[in-house]
Amino acid sequence: MRRYFGRKLLIYLLTFFIAVTVDWMIPRFMPGNPVALLISRAGLRGNAVTEMYTFYLDAFGLDLPIWKQYLSFWAALFQGDLGISIYLFPTPVKDVILRAVPYDLALLIPSTLLSWWAGNKFGAFAARSKKLDNTILPVGYILTATPYMWLGILLAWVFAIVLGIFPVAGGYGFDLQPDLSWRFIGSLIHHWFLPFASLFIVQFGGWAIGMRNLIIYELESDYSHYLEALGAPRKLVRRYAFRNAILPQLTGLALSLGAVVAGALTTEVVFGYPGIGYLILQAINNEDYFLIQGCFLFVVIGVLLANFIIDVAYLIVDPRTRAGMQGGAG
Amino acid sequence: MINTAAPTRTVPKKKNEFLYFAFRNNKLRLGLGIVLFFLVLMVVGPQLTEYDPTDFVGPSASPPSADFWFGTTSFGEDVFTQFVHGLPSTFLVGIIGGGLATLLGMTIGFVAGYRGGVVDEVLNILTNVILTIPALALLLVLSSYVKVRGIFIESLFIGFTTWPWAARAIRAQTFTLRTREFVELAKLSGRSSLKIVFGEIAPNMASYLFMTFILMFGGAILTAATLDFLGLGPTQGTSLGLMMNMAVLWSALPLGMWWWFVPPGAGITAIVGGLYIMNVGLDEVFNPKLREM
Repeated sequence: MRRYFGRKLLIYLLTFFIAVTVDWMIPRFMPGNPVALLISRAGLRGNAVTEMYTFYLDAFGLDLPIWKQYLSFWAALFQGDLGISIYLFPTPVKDVILRAVPYDLALLIPSTLLSWWAGNKFGAFAARSKKLDNTILPVGYILTATPYMWLGILLAWVFAIVLGIFPVAGGYGFDLQPDLSWRFIGSLIHHWFLPFASLFIVQFGGWAIGMRNLIIYELESDYSHYLEALGAPRKLVRRYAFRNAILPQLTGLALSLGAVVAGALTTEVVFGYPGIGYLILQAINNEDYFLIQGCFLFVVIGVLLANFIIDVAYLIVDPRTRAGMQGGAG
Repeated sequence: MINTAAPTRTVPKKKNEFLYFAFRNNKLRLGLGIVLFFLVLMVVGPQLTEYDPTDFVGPSASPPSADFWFGTTSFGEDVFTQFVHGLPSTFLVGIIGGGLATLLGMTIGFVAGYRGGVVDEVLNILTNVILTIPALALLLVLSSYVKVRGIFIESLFIGFTTWPWAARAIRAQTFTLRTREFVELAKLSGRSSLKIVFGEIAPNMASYLFMTFILMFGGAILTAATLDFLGLGPTQGTSLGLMMNMAVLWSALPLGMWWWFVPPGAGITAIVGGLYIMNVGLDEVFNPKLREM
């Protein structure tokens, strides 16, 4: 168990280190000069240009030796300083992001967990039943091939525009101020439903197919045949198969996090839902580099935390890991 | 999922065995058919239309009609023309991005799986690290700093951020082949590692490699569509993702112009879905165990 966690922790720390380093490197080693861009946007002329240029170089510490810049980047990071947003000047990037995070969590956590649970249940149920199998497979494959944003657009079109049941965009009604009234909470849920549904549906297909394939594989294995030969009820055999198949699905959950986050980012853009994805788009359109980089770091931290939680869950579900027989092959 | 009675009787010579099963596998036929259809449309499409994707050719925002098969955009551009001109970039990104990811994954997977030991440990950690960083988030940061982007750059970025999936799969497969007798024998004969990997191991998992490539192909298309949709795709030319970007940007949704955003998404879904179904079919063709099911 110690080895398992030690190894995982090493990977996560390394990931964080590399992510921060890449985040620091990209603006400095990419072609193009953000400072020159900032100045050209301000539309300055003559002496003011050189003046502002040295000001920015100074302010961002770009005239320091490279290694010093790198160290101060880390130092600032540990003080929670991610710079100032240009798009929402002069709010610090950290505050802008923290305001968006609850919306992301509200979308990601329920849609991921529910689709995982429901997809597994349904996949296990559909495996080896001719009729269901013949419908779930094609539907599942179409769903996994669907770009998140397109499904989002379709849902928005059908349920918001054509039927008018749900709002098209926003996190809550434009006529409302955030408070704790029932009206506001109702509006929140109303706006939350469509983005949640589109995330849920795409993920559901993947989990259902995965579970179906795993169950079939498990039912073909020796222990299942043995149980059947002993005359065990079909239900019992299936239950064992399910418990064995859930482990790879848990690993799959950890692996899919990156794709899920990507899906959430684009879904938020479609629905104008005020989470990090929407922020990133605003940041891109306004060339707000600090905000883009801050969002990236937050996403990485979120994925790392989620990975860690899944590791703990794996430990609880799989007795082998607990006994320390497995070195954590994931 | 295929005819189980026939094979025993007429299974021909070894060489044609795969082709024999391939032509009888419905999933493979369906998937391949869809992909080929879009490939043909990509080649023939531009001949079917007299416009350029950015020409303002007709009445703005008109629904599909005999003149404009997929309708027109808010600016009066022909959606069908944009669609067929957007197809090449979809396939290009798939081939270059997916191909690069597969090549990188092969290199790392072979080395890690064949060498084992410390090399494997280090490469495995590297793979897991890159796998944990959300590829799209990284792509967003990268692309936002590159002012002039082409399809090639986009594919390159995608290849360099998505290879860990392939590497993991190929490493695991190499690992199981490494200790097989024919590899041991090749080792005894004193052949170089490079020759063993490419002469003994790779041919024995050729089908697996090909299927990995198809999956990476589809994945690259989806990633590129997402990037294009966020406005971080190629700065020149048209693509299916960019069409969706424009549609949403110019309020096709509230205006109810479904013909603007349905075709590009449907095209991507069909191509990627076709690839995935093809993969399941190939799996059945190459793997006799699945065949008999």
